[in-house]
Amino acid sequence: MNQLFSHRIASTLKSFIKKIFKGAKWYGVEWYLTAFGAFLILSVLVIIIFANKLAPYDPLEFVGKPFLRPGTKGFLFGTDNLGRDVLSRVIFGSKIVMTIAITATLFSAVVGIPLGLISGYFGGKLDRVLSLIMDSVYSFPGLVLAIAMAAMLGPGILNISIAIAVIYIPTYFRMVRGHVLSVKGELYVEAARTLGASDVTILSKYIFPNVIASVAVIFSLNIADAILTEAGLSFLGLGISPPTPDWGLDLSKGKVFLPRGYWWLVTYPGMMISIVALGFTLLGEGLNEILNPRLKES
Amino acid sequence: MTAKKVDEIVKVTNLKKYFEVERDIIQKLSSKTKRYVKAVDGVSFSIKRGEVFGLVGESGSGKTTTGRLIINIIQPTEGEILFDGIDLTTLSKGEMKKIRKRMQVIFQDPYASLNPRMKIGKALIQPLEIHRIGTPGERKDMALRLLEHVGLTPPEIIYTKYPHQLSGGQRQRVVIARALILHPEFVLADEPIAMADVSMRVLLLELMMKLKEEFNLTYLFITHDLATAKYVCDMIAIMYLGKIVEIGKLKDVFKNPLHPYTKALLSAIPIPDPEHKRKIEIPKGEIPNPINPPSGCRFHPRCPYKMDICEKEEPPLKIIDEEHSVACHLFD
Repeated sequence: MNQLFSHRIASTLKSFIKKIFKGAKWYGVEWYLTAFGAFLILSVLVIIIFANKLAPYDPLEFVGKPFLRPGTKGFLFGTDNLGRDVLSRVIFGSKIVMTIAITATLFSAVVGIPLGLISGYFGGKLDRVLSLIMDSVYSFPGLVLAIAMAAMLGPGILNISIAIAVIYIPTYFRMVRGHVLSVKGELYVEAARTLGASDVTILSKYIFPNVIASVAVIFSLNIADAILTEAGLSFLGLGISPPTPDWGLDLSKGKVFLPRGYWWLVTYPGMMISIVALGFTLLGEGLNEILNPRLKES
Repeated sequence: MTAKKVDEIVKVTNLKKYFEVERDIIQKLSSKTKRYVKAVDGVSFSIKRGEVFGLVGESGSGKTTTGRLIINIIQPTEGEILFDGIDLTTLSKGEMKKIRKRMQVIFQDPYASLNPRMKIGKALIQPLEIHRIGTPGERKDMALRLLEHVGLTPPEIIYTKYPHQLSGGQRQRVVIARALILHPEFVLADEPIAMADVSMRVLLLELMMKLKEEFNLTYLFITHDLATAKYVCDMIAIMYLGKIVEIGKLKDVFKNPLHPYTKALLSAIPIPDPEHKRKIEIPKGEIPNPINPPSGCRFHPRCPYKMDICEKEEPPLKIIDEEHSVACHLFD
C-alpha cells in the first residue's frame, strides 16, 4: 500500500518535471529562470513549514559553547557569541522575514490596487489628489521612508509590516491606474456601459480582470524588495527586537565579531537573504517576460 | 410610462456635439478663446419604428458621434434626443438604465468589443444579470438558444469559449446575440460588417435582417459604404462634416441624388463592368478639418458646381419631395 502510494508520487513528480521542461519550449530561457525562482521560493516555504522538525535546536537557547566553528559535531553552521545554534536561527529567521515581507506586500496591494482602480476610472479631482500623494511618497528613497515610518510606529512584526507596506502602495497605485486608463477606453468597456452596467460592475468584471495579470509580476518583485528592506530595518535596529531570530538582526549582531574571524555569524543569514530575494526576483522577472512578451523588444 | 408607443422611435432635433480641442500651456496663455471640433453640428432626423435608417458619410463626418449621442454614451452639447417620446438628455441614471434595455449596440470591431477575459456565455448572460432578468438557469437557456439562433453551433461549446478562440465572424455573431438578448426595440449598428471578411459580410447582413423581422427591431445603420446601405436601408441620410446634406427614402436618393456630394458618393460605388465610365469625378482632396470648417456650405471647396453664394451662406435643409430633403443652394 505504502509502496503503491510512493510510486504514484514518483510518477506525478516525473510528469510534473517533464511539464516544466516542456514549458521551456514555449517560453525559452525565461522559463528556466522562472522555474528556478519558484524552486528557491518553494524550498524556503518548505523550510518555514517544517521549521520545528528541521531545526536541530531551539533558536533561543544556549546549546553549545560560543563561537563553535561550522561543521563542529552537531552544529552544522556553528554557534554564535552566546552559544546559540546558527542553523536553527537561520531556519526560524525565515519565518519572521517571510511573514513580514508577505504581510507588507499584501497590505500595500490591498490598499494600492483599489485606490488605483478608483483613481484611474473616475478621474477628476480625486485622481489628482491621490496621484499627488502617491507621487510624493514614491519620490522618497524606500529605505529612508521605511526608517521614518518604523521609528514612528515602533518595533513589532505588524508595525514593521505597515512601515514597509507604505513604501510599496504607490507602486501598485501607479501601475493599476495606468492600466485602468488604457483599459477604460477599450470598446468592451463602452459596450458594457451600453448594456446598462453600473460602475461597480464595469470595474470588477471588465477592468479589474484585465489589469490584474501584471500585478502578479509586481507582487513577486515587491516581496523580494520587502525582504531586503526588512533585513535593512532590523540591521539598523528598527525592526525585530532581540532575541527573536531574524536574518537582518543576526547580521547586525554578528558583524561586531567579524574582525575577529567569526565569519559564520553573518555569512549564513546574509546568504539566506540573498537566496530568497533572488528567488522572488527571478520569479517576478520571469513572469513578466512570460505574461508580457511584448516588452521583450524594448 | 404606459403612454402609447410613439410612431417615431428616435427623434433627434438640432443635435450638436462640440469637442474642446486640448491646448498646451502656451496656447492657453496666448489666446483665451477655446477651440472646438464640431463633430456634429445641428443634425435633425427621425427614425420610424420598424425601419432601417442608414447614416452614411466619410470618416470624420460625425456619423459615429451621432450614434453615440443617440445611445447616450456621450452627452450632446445642444439639442434634443427623443427615444419613444422620452427626452434622453434629462434622464437620471436609474431611468436611463431602464431605457438601455430597449436600445442596444452592435459595434464595429468584434475584436475589441468583447472582454478578452470573459467567456462567451458569461458575456451573453451579463446583460440579463445587470437588468435582473430570470434565474441563473433561465439565463443560460436564453443564451444557448440565442447562440443557436445567430448560427453559432454547437452552442454548448461556444458558450464555454473565450473570445480569442473564435473567428472574427463568430465574434460578430456573439456581439449581435449580446445586443439582442435583452429584446431591444432599437439597435444601433455602427459599421457592423466593416471588420468582417468580404465573404462574411452578406451572411452577417442577412442574419441582421432576419433578426430584424423576428425581433421587430428598428436599426440605425451607420456605414461609410453606400453599397451596404443600398442592401439594407429604407431611409438614408448622407452626412458631411457634422451636417446632414441629403436625407430621403433609399430609392429616391439612389434614383435621384440631389446633392453634389451624394452624386459623387454614388458614382464611387464600383460597378463590375470594365466598359463602364464614371460620370462624375470623386471630390478632390480630403474632408476639411472640422476644427476650422469652410464658411458657408461646407462642401464648397470640393464641389464641382460651386457658386458665389456657397462661400457665404450656409444652405438650410430644404424639402424637395415628400420625405426627401437636401441642403444645397442649387435648389433655392
